[in-house]
Amino acid sequence: MAGTGKIHLRPQSSPILSVQDLVVNFKVDRKSFVSAVAGISFDVLRGETLAIVGESGCGKTTLGKAIMQLPRPKGGTIVLDGEDISKMDGKDLRLVRPKVQMIFQDAISSLDPRLQVKNLIDEPLKVWKRGSAEERSGRVDNLLDAVGLDPAIVRDRRSYEFSGGQCQRISIARAIALDPMLLICDEPVSALDVSVQAQILNLLQDMKNKLGLTLIFISHDLAVVKAVSTRVLVMYLGKICEIADPDDLYLKPAHHYSRALIAAVPIPNPEVQVNFARLGGEPPSSINPPSGCRFRPRCSSASDRCAAEEPKLQEIAPGHFVACHHPIVD
Amino acid sequence: MTDLLKLEDFRVSFSTPRGDLHAVRSVDLTILKGESVGIVGESGSGKTVLSRATMGLMPSTATQTGSAFFNGTDLSTLSRDDLRSHWGTGMAMIFQDPLTSLNPVRRIGSQLTEGLTVRLGMGREQARSRAVELLDRVRIPDPLVTMKKYPGELSGGMRQRIVIAIAIACTPELLFADEPTTALDVTVQAQVLELLTELRAERNMTMVLVTHDLGVVAGHTDRVVVMYAGQIVETAPTKDLFRNMKMPYTEALLKSIPRLDQPSGQRLQVISGRLPDPTKTEPGCAFAPRCTYATDKCRAEAPPLTTAPNGHQYRCFFPITGAN
Ligand SMILES: Nc1ncnc2c1ncn2[C@@H]1O[C@H](COP(=O)(O)OP(=O)(O)OP(=O)(O)O)[C@@H](O)[C@H]1O
Ligand SMILES: Nc1ncnc2c1ncn2[C@@H]1O[C@H](COP(=O)(O)OP(=O)(O)OP(=O)(O)O)[C@@H](O)[C@H]1O
Ligand code: SF4
Ligand code: SF4
Ligand SMILES: [Mg+2]
Ligand SMILES: [Mg+2]
Repeated sequence: MAGTGKIHLRPQSSPILSVQDLVVNFKVDRKSFVSAVAGISFDVLRGETLAIVGESGCGKTTLGKAIMQLPRPKGGTIVLDGEDISKMDGKDLRLVRPKVQMIFQDAISSLDPRLQVKNLIDEPLKVWKRGSAEERSGRVDNLLDAVGLDPAIVRDRRSYEFSGGQCQRISIARAIALDPMLLICDEPVSALDVSVQAQILNLLQDMKNKLGLTLIFISHDLAVVKAVSTRVLVMYLGKICEIADPDDLYLKPAHHYSRALIAAVPIPNPEVQVNFARLGGEPPSSINPPSGCRFRPRCSSASDRCAAEEPKLQEIAPGHFVACHHPIVD
Repeated sequence: MTDLLKLEDFRVSFSTPRGDLHAVRSVDLTILKGESVGIVGESGSGKTVLSRATMGLMPSTATQTGSAFFNGTDLSTLSRDDLRSHWGTGMAMIFQDPLTSLNPVRRIGSQLTEGLTVRLGMGREQARSRAVELLDRVRIPDPLVTMKKYPGELSGGMRQRIVIAIAIACTPELLFADEPTTALDVTVQAQVLELLTELRAERNMTMVLVTHDLGVVAGHTDRVVVMYAGQIVETAPTKDLFRNMKMPYTEALLKSIPRLDQPSGQRLQVISGRLPDPTKTEPGCAFAPRCTYATDKCRAEAPPLTTAPNGHQYRCFFPITGAN
């Protein structure tokens, strides 16, 4: 992928989530479609935080939603906690839904502005009949407190009265209300200022430790990803480029795209000359993806082989996988 | 350089069931023509309200006092219609939430060409080709296909670039960019910031860049304004601010950024506590309950805005000294 392959899967470690050959297409017109997720396989072990990073439009949100079966993907299998949810009928699927929750990218608009905060958070508890009205009310206060909001101040207010950061906290409280085993966070801190970002990242870590949560953490911010993840999956145009643990990835990126991503992180110091290995070339189209390696048109190391043959994931160091014909080694 | 925007004792409050909520408390700010000013501060500190109120985009529950001069005209004396005439060509804004600022049931193309036909009086065809050009400019792949799409069919980052294209369509003199790149991955972020920088140079466009990312501010502004609890607490030329920060708050903000040069899995430094309740006005420095340097004096008395000889302003009794 920009390659294929499954060498990186760990079936023997009984992963909490195992995704194989996932395909999601969006129809553009009668002849063409967007190939948003193009045959991706990965797994997540209990307690892991898998980060998914990549360029805007590369399919991260689509991938997260496909795990939630929103909508049902075109192809592939998704095994959650031992059950293949991609084959389930609507009724069974409904029963497993509370196990996976997702915090959506547009936090502000995903909150119903007509509801008071207490009702927003109570809603999933009520739907899933988690306790009496009184018990739920106590739970709502605990959840608000856990995400750093003062229940007394915010309970009765509505989402439009809050700033972007405050809305994101409300969505997190809502998402963890049902004690999910897997929480998919789609850009959970990208709209937050740095101090709240740090609080939320620590908060997610705490929840993870306390509630035994497993996280999929979607982000474009590599510095954030490095702080929270135990494994990083780099995506490009619907394909996997590289999988590694965060320290390995940042110290020794092997894929040419990963290296460009790392080089583009802004440095909070105006004295440092931005050494900007800017990605050249045209922005990619996932309607007509390039043959072979999808990163090829923007890669300075591309060869004929890259056009002819799709690279397969290979292990270049223990736990470090890359899909590239000419990986960076130093 | 001449003043483009001048805010004097600018205040915004909202009437809420719990009493008046003070979102912006007496801000004085002058922005010069051609300048790029970064506004940073915690979530809820009033950055968006300050920008939106300047443009006259406040709901009826808001009360605005003080004055805002744009090119010498006091905006507070203008009627709503006269104020509107400044939008697009005078002032434009890139809104923080890309999904809510786009109309979900209208195609991208029609949302993009609207300003061009209404404000610039372009014909349909001219507006269309200009729109395609703008999409290309903000690095949207397949501009012609995208013109026919609805916002919901685009990724978050693409939507944000559409919003930017709409904001710059009429070449505004002053662009408020409210978190313009937070939804974008780093490579596109860099491209978009470069684009904004190009536009500034090309058209002498003035920019107010609202962001929580001190990394973005470091590379793309001439001056930084730090806001806390509705007030400006520090402002300085960007290099000076990073080299020689005075406010404990600014320092704490910088320290809470996750950085690539730190090992993974470390707990991040946080600023404990939260912003004060905006419906209350407590005596003393607003940051005192969270400040590691706070003394009794800080809790009793509000520090005034102090101006150093080089123009560096800060609101603190015990500013940090020495190189940072
Ligand atoms: N409902 C849809 N209909 C048609 N195309 C879609 C739809 N949703 C997403 N796409 C397309 O699928 C591709 C992947 O989109 P996705 O939202 O998953 O990207 P992303 O990686 O989350 O990007 P970002 O970082 O900008 O949020 C894009 O080309 C996008 O335009
Ligand atoms: N329409 C409104 N009604 C009542 N209060 C509001 C309204 N809009 C904003 N506020 C309040 O005004 C204060 C400042 O909000 P503002 O949106 O300006 O923060 P911000 O600095 O932009 O934060 P963020 O970084 O999260 O976007 C907050 O306390 C917020 O709750
Ligand atoms: S070297 Fe070839 S396979 Fe590797 S990233 Fe470049 S184009 Fe893709
Ligand atoms: S005035 Fe006192 S409390 Fe306020 S920032 Fe300075 S040292 Fe801290
Ligand atoms: Mg997304
Ligand atoms: Mg804001």
